[in-house]
Formats: sequence, C-alpha cells, structure tokens
Amino acid sequence: MNAATQPLRRARGFLTVFLKEVRENLRDRRTLTSAFLTGPLLTPLLFVMLVNISINQQLDKADKPLAVPLIGAQYAPNLVDALKAGGIVPQPAVADPEEAVRRQDADLVLRIAPGYAKAWRKGEPVQVEVIYDSSQRGADTPVERVTKLLETYSRQQGAMRLVARGLSPAVAVPVQVAKRDQATAQSRAVLMFNMLPYLFVLTIFIGGMYLAIDLTAGERERQSLEPLFANPVPRWKIFLGKLAAICAFSAASLVICLLAFGVIGGFVPTEKLGMEIDLGPGFALRVLLLQLPMIVLLAALQSMVAAFAKSYREAQTYLSFLMMLPLLPSIMLMMLPFKPQGWMYAVPLLGQHLGILDLVRGNGLSPQSLAMCLGGTALAALLAAGATVQLYRSERLAISA
Amino acid sequence: MIEVKDLHKTFGAVKAVDGVSFAARDGQITGLLGPNGAGKTTTLRMLYTLMAPERGQVLVDGVDAAADPLAVRRRLGVLPDARGLYKRLTARENIDYFGRLQGLPEDELRARREALVAALEMADIADRRAEGFSQGQRVKTAIARALVHDPRNVILDEPTNGLDVMATRALRQFMLHLKAEGRCVLFSSHIMQEVGALCDRIVVIARGRVVADDTPDALRAQTGQANLEDAFVRLIGSEEGLAA
Repeated sequence: MNAATQPLRRARGFLTVFLKEVRENLRDRRTLTSAFLTGPLLTPLLFVMLVNISINQQLDKADKPLAVPLIGAQYAPNLVDALKAGGIVPQPAVADPEEAVRRQDADLVLRIAPGYAKAWRKGEPVQVEVIYDSSQRGADTPVERVTKLLETYSRQQGAMRLVARGLSPAVAVPVQVAKRDQATAQSRAVLMFNMLPYLFVLTIFIGGMYLAIDLTAGERERQSLEPLFANPVPRWKIFLGKLAAICAFSAASLVICLLAFGVIGGFVPTEKLGMEIDLGPGFALRVLLLQLPMIVLLAALQSMVAAFAKSYREAQTYLSFLMMLPLLPSIMLMMLPFKPQGWMYAVPLLGQHLGILDLVRGNGLSPQSLAMCLGGTALAALLAAGATVQLYRSERLAISA
Repeated sequence: MIEVKDLHKTFGAVKAVDGVSFAARDGQITGLLGPNGAGKTTTLRMLYTLMAPERGQVLVDGVDAAADPLAVRRRLGVLPDARGLYKRLTARENIDYFGRLQGLPEDELRARREALVAALEMADIADRRAEGFSQGQRVKTAIARALVHDPRNVILDEPTNGLDVMATRALRQFMLHLKAEGRCVLFSSHIMQEVGALCDRIVVIARGRVVADDTPDALRAQTGQANLEDAFVRLIGSEEGLAA
C-alpha cells in the first residue's frame, strides 16, 4: 500500500476513456460496418444511382424514337408524316386506347377523328385526341413531346392558310414569348443536389449512433456504469471522453463518405445536362470544416437521448426518431421556397444545408456565412454537451435497473 | 477506516436509509447484514459517492466524502452490486482500464495487475475476452479491477451472489487475505453462514436503521440465542428475506 503517494497520482481520465472506447468499439463488427462501410458508402452509391437514372430517363425520352399507337392514321397522312419527322414511330391502332394507357401498354395513344379530312378541307378546326394517364410515371415527357409536335404542326398550317389569304402570319401572334433562363449550369445542378446536405448529416448521424447508444444506455444496461463511476474521475471528464470517441467515429464516417463522393462523383454524367459539379478535395475539405461543430452537436444530442433511455432498445427507438430531425431543413426549403437570409446560416442544420448548396452552386461560401454557420452550431453543440453533462451528474443515470 | 454518521436517504416517500451510523476498522472484516430491501446497497452507494446522502456524513480514512469525493474514491476499492465487464476487452484490459482511471503509472499498474491475477488464480482467463465468462470468472475480474490501485478500504456488495460453492470458498479466502494485509473490509450480505464465518463485527440493518452493531459472539449473547440465525431473526423482528 502506498497511501503516501496517492495524492500525487493524476488520472488522465479523458484520454483513458477516449482510447478505451475507441479500442473497444473497433472490435465490434456491427459498429464497424455501420460506421465505416454501409453508412458512409451507401449514401453516395444511392445518390449516384438516383441521379444517373433521372438523367438518363430525361435524355432517353428526348432523343429516342417514340412509339405511339395511332387511331385513324389513314385520315391524316400529312399530319402523320410531320409526326414521323419529329421522331414518332406510328404503331397500329389499339382496340381500347383508354385501357391500354391505364395498363401502361402505351404511354399515350393518338386518336384522329374520322371527320378529319372533311373538316380540314373546309378549313374548320379538327380535333386530335391525346389519350394518356398523368398519374403514370414516365408519361409526362412523351406527352409533352407529342403535344409540342402537334402544336407546331398546327401553327405551321395556320400560318400557311394566312399566307394563302394574303395576310402576314405575324397577325395571328400578337404576343411572342421569349424565355431567357438565367440558371447557370451549376445552379441547375443544385436542384438535383438538394439532398446532398441531408446525406452528409445522415452519414455523421449513423457513424456515431451505435457508439452513442453503447456508451450510455448500453453501458448502463450491461451494469458497467456504476463501477466506472466509482473511479476517481469526475463524471464530466468521463462524458467528454465518450463524446470524443463518438465524434471520432462519426467524423471518420464523414471523411469516408466525402472520399467516396469524390471518386464516385466522376461517374455522374452531369455534363450531359450541361452541368458542372465539383466534388473534389476542395469541396470535401470545406464540407468537413462546415460540419465539424455539427459532428459535436449530433454526438451530444445522441448521448443525451441515449442517457434518457432506460435500455439499449429504447435508445435505438428514440434515436431513429431523432434521425428525422436533419430532414427538416431539406423539406422546409422544398415546401416553402424562401430566399436565404444571412441569419439563417447561424441556425444549426439549416446553415449547413445552405452552406453546402452554396458550395455546390459554385458561388463559394462567404467568410461571413462560414463564420455564422460554425459559430451558431458550435454554440448549440456547447449547450447540448452542457445539458448532457448535467444529465450525467444525476444519481439516476448510474443505477442500472 | 470507514466511518458512517447518521446517514439519511429517501426515494419519493420511501425512507431507504433512515439514520445509519457505524464504523468499519482497518484489519477487520465488517459485515453489513440485513434482509433484502433493508437499505444495504443504498448505504454502500453513499459510501462510494455514487449517491449523496440527504443528511449525515461519510468519512474514509478521515476524508469527508461530501467535501472531496475523488480522494475518497482513490482510497476505496469497490465491487458494486452492478459488476458488468467490458465484453470486448480481455480480463487484463478490463483491469488496466480501471488502473489508468485511478491514475496508476504504467509500471506500477503492470505489477499490481499481475499480482492480482496470481492472487485470484485467474491466469488462465487473463487474456481472454470477457464475453462468455462464467459468473465466477466475472466476479474475479471485477474484484481485480476494483483493487488494482491497492486501496486501504474495500467495499463488496453481496460479493458471493450467484457464485458456486468452490468460487464462494475461494472468495472467502481472498477476503481473509485482504484482512491479513491490514485492510478495512466492508461487505454486505443476507447470508448468515457467510457473515458468521468471516466477520469480526456485524452491523445488522433492517428498514433503513441499524438494529445491532457488535461481534458475532456478543450478538448471540445479547439476544440469548446460541445460533446466529435465530439471533438475527430476533433482531430484525421477522423472518423476511433470510437465506441460510
């Protein structure tokens, strides 16, 4: 016994807890897979797949010959020729066009009335029916394309009739609409990349989730929290060690995710849509910087929720609810599109969302916005960590069931 | 030396501990005996500063637990009622973790750890992960990590709970060994045999109060019962929560 030397001992509580938690969790296969494999890699893969599918869908429908069943083609050979010139491949008539569309046998069916030729010769308006089902996915683009062809044909014929009567075709077009889209290639990409900020936050969340549960609710359930608190280390130091371990895992998760985006980003055929997008090292580093306080905030919130829960399972349930929280800014911006104000950068989650979109948009992030984003979230992280420390102090926390 | 003076603790309307006072001296084994729910665990939890008493004082080697809880924890080795290990760490790693939290230098830690591994006869499991340990192996590891910093005072909450006969015998030997080293050993139990065989002094607790505090022989004499179990029943006034 060496009671005399005891006061000289200084426990390196924070570091000891941090290293032990990291080491222990590096041995857990489930935590490893979710933090370093499925969590960070699934989102980029999913994202690239979705973007690829949506881009190819749009391109496909625009370029490819479009097969359209025609009813009454024999009444309007000139119209059919015009459609063929526009890439439409006429198909034989179907018996029940409404049913065919509903069953998705065809995206749309064109029906030309038997009285077409007679009315045309008299110079009366004739009707061409486009039969489709707008509730079917994928019908929009072909319907729009066929409608445009029909309208163009109608305008051409109308103009020729006016000329034949000695009038200028301009008479029939009092107003000309000229669309001038101000979107740059990159700002168009933003629409598609709107979900990117959420994916990053989700990656951070999943990366730290198992640890957060394991280090509080799990430790109490396994009855190791009470002996741990019998050591001469203040509880706030123990908590900070655990918090740092959670942060280390979620930060590693985000880094892997960003690397994956950097590699995989090259496979997004953005140039096909005339977009420019840079997911390279510069982008990755800025996102990482932007998310640093968010990593701490989420880890503190996860620990708080897990400390409230009575068991591992209960903590899991609560945390899956908490996972919805980062969706809010994305949904909000989608539902009520408002102009980003300066102060919004200081709001956690919203700030990161706007900041990342700024980066994607290629405007760069102003130092002022960056400072607000970091400062606002850091303050929230501090508050959340402080609240969790208070929770750690409670007597109830240590007692296992 | 552990001194407890007039401890009080309530949970809602329940008075879990209602004015408990006793002392556990160095070089002695003191038994805290009482039926289930008598307030033994709550009293011990206030001793190792997991809970704060509403009233009263805890002194460990003269240090006030309320004034300097960290110093008190340095002087205590605690085997709580909850004795969960870290299953993904080996027995040695479990012990090292607590040694480092106690602030032991690495060389001292290594020496202490190996001495305990030898004394508790756990060399065969020392490098196995705690996952799948038997109850006895778990208790050995938990005791080793509780004593790694060589504390003068040892608190054991129902240490033989769930142990088989052989493990229980080994544990009793180990407690006598701690006493021989001059340490203050305080343990709780509701098992008569154990308390009678080991203790120099018995503190009987019932309904949150100390109903007797003396040597086993004195207790027998005081109650007029030759058998300690009968003495105990007489003291607490009922047969609830007894195990032979």
